[in-house]
Amino acid sequence: MTTVTKMVGQSLKRREDPKLITGKGNFLDDIKLQGMSHAAILRSPYAHAKINSIDTSKAKALPGVIAIFTGDDMMDINPLPCAWQAGRVQNNANTPRALSAGKALYAGDGIAMVVAENRYIARDALDLIEVDYEPLPVVVDAKKATEAGAPQLHENAPNNICMTWDCGHKDATDAAFSSAEVTVKEQIINQRLIPTPMETRGALARYDEATGEFTVWMTSQAPHVMRLLLTAFVFGIPETKLRCISPNVGGGFGQKIFCYADMAFTMWAARKLGRPVKFVEDRSENYRSSTHGRDHITDVEIAGTKDGTITGLRIETWANLGAYLSTIAPGIPTTLYGRIATGVYKIPAAYCKVHGVYTNTAMVDAYRGAGRPEASYLIERMVDRFAAEIGMDPAEVRRKNFIQPSDFPYDNGMGLLPYDSGNYEPALDRALAMVGYADFRNEQAEARKQGKYLGLGISSYVEICGVAPSAWIGLPGEGWGAGLWESANIRVHLTGQVVVTTGSLPHGQGVETTFAQIVADELGVPYESVLIEHSDTAGTPFGYGTYGSRSLAVGGTALYKSVAKVKEKAKKIAAHMLEANPADIEYADGKAYVKGSPDQAKTLGEIALQASVAYSLPEGVEPFLDETTYYDPPNCTFPFGTHIAIVEVDGATGMVAIKRYVGVDDVGNPINPLIIDGQLHGGIAQGIAQALYEHGVYDENGQLVSGTLMDYAVPNAAMLPNYELDRTVTPSPVNPMGVKGAGEAGTIGSAQAIMNAVIDALAPFGVKHLQMPATAERVWRAMQSH
Amino acid sequence: MIPGEFQYFAPTTVDEAVSLLQQHGEDAKLLGGGHSLLPAMKLRLTTPAVLIDVTKISDIKGVSVNGSVTVGGGATYHAVASNDAVRSACGVLADCVAQIGDTQVRNRGTIGGSLAHADPAADLPAVALALGATITAQGPGGARTINADDMFVEMLTTALEPNEIITSVSFPRLGAGAGAAYEKMRQPASRYAIVGVAAYVKLGSDGNVAEARVAVTGAGPKATRQDATEAAITGTNGDDAAIAAATDKAGEDMDYLGDIHASEEYRRAMVKVYTKRALAKAIAQARG
Ligand SMILES: Cc1cc2nc3c(=O)[nH]c(=O)nc-3n(C[C@H](O)[C@H](O)[C@H](O)COP(=O)(O)OP(=O)(O)OC[C@H]3O[C@@H](n4cnc5c(N)ncnc54)[C@H](O)[C@@H]3O)c2cc1C
Repeated sequence: MTTVTKMVGQSLKRREDPKLITGKGNFLDDIKLQGMSHAAILRSPYAHAKINSIDTSKAKALPGVIAIFTGDDMMDINPLPCAWQAGRVQNNANTPRALSAGKALYAGDGIAMVVAENRYIARDALDLIEVDYEPLPVVVDAKKATEAGAPQLHENAPNNICMTWDCGHKDATDAAFSSAEVTVKEQIINQRLIPTPMETRGALARYDEATGEFTVWMTSQAPHVMRLLLTAFVFGIPETKLRCISPNVGGGFGQKIFCYADMAFTMWAARKLGRPVKFVEDRSENYRSSTHGRDHITDVEIAGTKDGTITGLRIETWANLGAYLSTIAPGIPTTLYGRIATGVYKIPAAYCKVHGVYTNTAMVDAYRGAGRPEASYLIERMVDRFAAEIGMDPAEVRRKNFIQPSDFPYDNGMGLLPYDSGNYEPALDRALAMVGYADFRNEQAEARKQGKYLGLGISSYVEICGVAPSAWIGLPGEGWGAGLWESANIRVHLTGQVVVTTGSLPHGQGVETTFAQIVADELGVPYESVLIEHSDTAGTPFGYGTYGSRSLAVGGTALYKSVAKVKEKAKKIAAHMLEANPADIEYADGKAYVKGSPDQAKTLGEIALQASVAYSLPEGVEPFLDETTYYDPPNCTFPFGTHIAIVEVDGATGMVAIKRYVGVDDVGNPINPLIIDGQLHGGIAQGIAQALYEHGVYDENGQLVSGTLMDYAVPNAAMLPNYELDRTVTPSPVNPMGVKGAGEAGTIGSAQAIMNAVIDALAPFGVKHLQMPATAERVWRAMQSH
Repeated sequence: MIPGEFQYFAPTTVDEAVSLLQQHGEDAKLLGGGHSLLPAMKLRLTTPAVLIDVTKISDIKGVSVNGSVTVGGGATYHAVASNDAVRSACGVLADCVAQIGDTQVRNRGTIGGSLAHADPAADLPAVALALGATITAQGPGGARTINADDMFVEMLTTALEPNEIITSVSFPRLGAGAGAAYEKMRQPASRYAIVGVAAYVKLGSDGNVAEARVAVTGAGPKATRQDATEAAITGTNGDDAAIAAATDKAGEDMDYLGDIHASEEYRRAMVKVYTKRALAKAIAQARG
């Protein structure tokens, strides 16, 4: 008897990595095509300007320049679409064109394109283009943009308001506040962040004149969706005329979900010139012109009783969406934010109002966590504020207000489908135990006597993964302009090798590894004989892509179901081979046999061979083991957890040092714990980065002051603590594997753990709130002014 | 981030480099580790037509320790930081350069490049001032020496002539009774100094501070000596009260710069904090 080792649950190293860490990856900029030309983009130095004229004659004369195009040349294609017009955006969805014409609305707005023999010439030519700009007044702050007299960006969006959206119960909430024993009010800013994937973005387009077909290699998290948007919306050509391929993608964090101008202008120019056109952003362009994240200004109030019961939550947020709408921008500060604003707490009356605002800044869209970090930061800060106000232990306030296990499925009243499952207290307890909560409070008191400022911050979070079902998220409900199902095809080849094609698009999530683990176990085949193919619209079934921590819960479930179908068919064929009744066949460990006679088994390899050569198949059974599933989940999944940070603040300088970082997360059944930990580490790093370091800063003229890595502080390893992680496991009832998603939990759970700790450390100074990032100077000022 | 077109020369002797500088005049720039010059070129903030790479000149890459510590103008930070003889003869120098940037920066950036560039937030100028380093530069007329005190004229401007090359920099050995320290608050993105303070003290036979030099970088447009602080600590027994009194005088008559990482007001306050830390550490070290 062979013993079968279970693959699911094992911390396998990622099969993707050897290639990447030995420099053998194949990224966009590694691809070189015959006759390839190179594009460079002239970008407006002004954040708001009328463009009176563009003179390209000198630039055209530079040897090696093939062509120069402006926005006026590209009027035969449509603006990029906005695919998630959540929040009643309809009448004023202003999206970017391949190149802007007539006006530039942010510093970095592309207004002319040089195509040249190499990228050096293309870059040199930019300096020779002469533009007559007429600078216009600028507004960068979302709240100021809505005030009377503010510069206006779009004629159809008075006061720069793109949408006003709300959720929850306004009257009940107002009533809760008017009768509340305690209310606490704060203005909380969730600052702008720049996603900073290691690889910048770009596209390489080829046009085949003979067939009228485009091929575009792109740094995209969602090539199938790009194919749809670029053909049906931008170019108005049949979908079949475009093939999209994502080669290795060097990190995305959301920034690479969207449809970008470069996809459109490389395609347009490739068709015009009959030559492939490549465009790869440099880091400065990535910072100035690709999407940013967060950027909320929020007035928030919490109401409760003196003994710690939260009775109301009222939120008004100004969400900066940038100069135009990016592909899914409106959905982020609405569905993915307001609807989860009550977090892990049973809050009887809550209301959230959001203003989506245009400003003269780069577009803002999903960035790791997308709406949920903003929501969990808000509620977790306010719970701490409330606890401090009533003089109660913040851990106890949380415990007292947690949604209880018996409450699930739980409707939070904010228009979300019910939270699928949860058990919040064990995660809190475990985290408190790991950090030594009781001892810490003594240590803290002792340290304060010696002029040392220690602080501890708790964050109990819940988030939304695998957003679905399509009937809820789609147009009639939340305004997402399509579905959110996922697909997987599985084929068992004649040789017994298993090939999976998926619509998901892993770019660092380790999906090739986890999906192979699932197939190996479910089908009972060696892990090594499972190949996962993805990222090319030719050869993979349609999928919505990898983001929102959805690949496992949605794509993985599609795969799981396809495997089940393959097993069913294999059983039928095995019955035929064994001359038995299909109903008597069992399938286990890669073999099919008549119940009770496992020694007379047919292996999957034998069955696949039989199915493939098709010399003898049961009546009505088609050749080949090949099954596809399109899976639309009945609900989202709701991972949760508690993170706790301990920090020490230097009383002289305000510098924050992280002493401990504990995280207890519940992402459902773990497929690969090593990958989960890796995702959490990266996610927590990004949350800590928001709390302490990163800040996308525009000056009042709309110049991005933090426009290089010399000023935008992405932390390195030495600026981050060791993570002490543990898990609780509450399987999700939404899908058969009981999985939830782990890609964003770390980011969603972490920033407020740090900020709550910093503010706790500053309690002796009477500090009640501090905006992020908690730079040394900010902390120092808070200590000075109290 | 592609620089404008330029010609590239890689001379192997100082004379050759000097004559290339002569020949190309204002169009030419020396290239050291390139960690200040190349980023500026990539952003097209500067567009020199000619680059003369000095890192292939083996004569200016050495690090030697005898009566003093002599470091070639083309020596990398890493070559200095990893040199045990430097560490024991002049620990503060090794400490300082070990805190510059990150590994890549330290593997490329050079001592000469740092001093010639005179970035207001660079670390080395503070230590050069506090230790009274001497810079040797060679031009068409031969070699001359420049005292650190005369080197830093204003922001990004030094006493160096455009056709001169820093060939070496000499730092004193820190013998018995001497101590020096460099204390720095890092700018979180670049790791340059938001404020950096270098302090040097020498104790007399009575155990009191006989000589002190303190220099601040990062806070203002150029690295500057803190005369009032030096005067206040000299002659004292260097105890906490003396350090506190001297620290009070730090950064009083200085120009400040503010940016998104730290305001002028904050830098002013931090000059005092870091002066205190650097002085305390230097005195403790001098006491052995
Ligand atoms: C990410 C990053 C982080 C950094 N962090 C820090 C930091 O924390 N602290 C810090 O102090 N610095 C920091 N730097 C700057 C770094 O130290 C540079 O290396 C240094 O400022 C310049 O030295 P270089 O050899 O690279 O000179 P280059 O960049 O090659 O040249 C700089 C200037 O000096 C001139 N020059 C070069 N060599 C000579 C010579 N021998 N004689 C005369 N002139 C010469 C050049 O013509 C040019 O004008 C950082 C740089 C980067 C990119």
